[in-house]
Amino acid sequence: MAYDVEAIRADFPILRRQVNGYPLAYLDSANTSQKPQAVIDAVAAHYLEHNANVARAMHTLGGEATEAFEGARGKVADFIGAASPQEVVFTKNASEALNLAAHTLGAGIGEGDEIVVSVMEHHSNIVAWQLLCQRTGAKLRWFDVTEDGRLDLERARAEALINEHTRIVSLAWVSNVLGTVNPVAEVGAWAHSVGANFVVDASQGVPHLPTDVAALGADLLAFTGHKLLGPTGVGVLWGRYDLLDSLPPFLGGGEMIEIVRMTGSTYARPPHRFEAGTPPIAQAVGLGAAIDYLNGVGVENVAAHERELTGYALERLAEVDGLRILGPRGVFAPDGSGQVVRGGAISFTLATRDGLEIHPHDLMQLLDGRGIAVRGGHHCARPLHERLGLQTSSRASIYLYSTVAEIDRLVSGLCYVRDFFGGRR
Amino acid sequence: MNAEEMYQEIILDHYRQKHHAGLREPFSCQVSHVNPTCGDEVEMRVRLDGGVVADVSYDAVGCSISQASTSVMSDLVIGKTVRDSFALFEEFTELMHSRGELSAEQVDALEADLEDAIAFVGVAKFPARIKCALLGWAAFKDAAWQAVESGQSVAKKVSPHG
Repeated sequence: MAYDVEAIRADFPILRRQVNGYPLAYLDSANTSQKPQAVIDAVAAHYLEHNANVARAMHTLGGEATEAFEGARGKVADFIGAASPQEVVFTKNASEALNLAAHTLGAGIGEGDEIVVSVMEHHSNIVAWQLLCQRTGAKLRWFDVTEDGRLDLERARAEALINEHTRIVSLAWVSNVLGTVNPVAEVGAWAHSVGANFVVDASQGVPHLPTDVAALGADLLAFTGHKLLGPTGVGVLWGRYDLLDSLPPFLGGGEMIEIVRMTGSTYARPPHRFEAGTPPIAQAVGLGAAIDYLNGVGVENVAAHERELTGYALERLAEVDGLRILGPRGVFAPDGSGQVVRGGAISFTLATRDGLEIHPHDLMQLLDGRGIAVRGGHHCARPLHERLGLQTSSRASIYLYSTVAEIDRLVSGLCYVRDFFGGRR
Repeated sequence: MNAEEMYQEIILDHYRQKHHAGLREPFSCQVSHVNPTCGDEVEMRVRLDGGVVADVSYDAVGCSISQASTSVMSDLVIGKTVRDSFALFEEFTELMHSRGELSAEQVDALEADLEDAIAFVGVAKFPARIKCALLGWAAFKDAAWQAVESGQSVAKKVSPHG
């Protein structure tokens, strides 16, 4: 059956909104996704009928809440190809998941050890590791990017970036700025060849691409619910069970313990060891509903829709005078292998005909005036912008509900903005 | 109010042609201010001479609102006493936090002092952009106040709030 984007849009009430007198064109899904009615209903139903604390409340509602919460864990596990629900740790977001990874993997790190990230990471996959390096004396190193916005594997190989000192490699699966799909399995194999652990920031991957944690070669993998049609306030750290079981606790508190004595405590097995305090219960239930929704559409179908629309957007944007796309210019590898090398987050800069660079905040302000929502700024990736010689960029990003008509509105809006600042009013 | 109305001709003119831009010698104090949410940055130098703002020079990157506001601000404060320039800072801040609810008389009264800076009145209706318009002003006030404090000015008795 053909992909029916209008039927999908009908499931997202917010997409019927008018913004500044125009129908909303929401092109900021890499920032956060919109929510289908099914997710909103699931969260409401939880509070209306089943609300109680989990694992501690022995009454009927407590049992229902626990079943719903642990059921969501199972849905997440199936969705990403985890070996069991016990490999899925709920956090409050991807940043917390990455900090959890840095703290617990960091227990055995010291001077002389190296941690490797890339210059295209989101701040959350840089700063957590910088903090670990500050605590331990380990050294932070990073992959560079090529001129066309790919991970510079060649240079990294030449420099032996990953070597016998490397203890952790942490890399984005899909860049939130460049859209680049990184060769994670290849980097993972390299990391494993020197005995390092491989962490994947999959925040921009899991919502858009069929996910199999084993195929990605990850030891730990982080993502967040709100970019995946789910509520804010719930994220996930997946980990290989034997690795999780070897790691120390992160935060101390309720539900992460086995026995507490004033002289010392023992800790629960994963995943509960890493879930101190009351977890985001309704949010996890909402995330479970989001996964059900995505499974209903089919993640492979979502990915195909996004490939087609991203290709169209890249083509149309390339026609705009003064517009420069950051990252790969095509969805597929130029070598004709059919390999998908970019996702649906497209960042760009725009200049007037007389060469004035239009600041992203001015650009987004005028687009917002026409109901078009994009993001302007450094997108929490300042080092990447610095590497590209830029202060900031603008970004349009799509999801399963995005349409060709919205891309067309974006393109004509950008031409209008360019001419507005070019004095052609 | 639509976004286009915020971008008054005067703002676009200053954005395209910034006044007093480029860092100059000599100076009494230099400061660096950033807006971490959008990445706008300004390096600002202020030279005081006998309680008067003798020069303001800057190196800045950012949106049209922050760039134009810094340009207009430097036009306004150069040649004024530190006391008067700080009074202008207060008036501009009041304008920015007015949410566009000022009466015509209030706007006229502010315009008498703020001159071209009154063009930023529309920014007050876009809360996310107020910090853009205030970036250069805040840097100026910081630099001038530090210069006064460190005795880089003859007029040590000037207080920032008059």
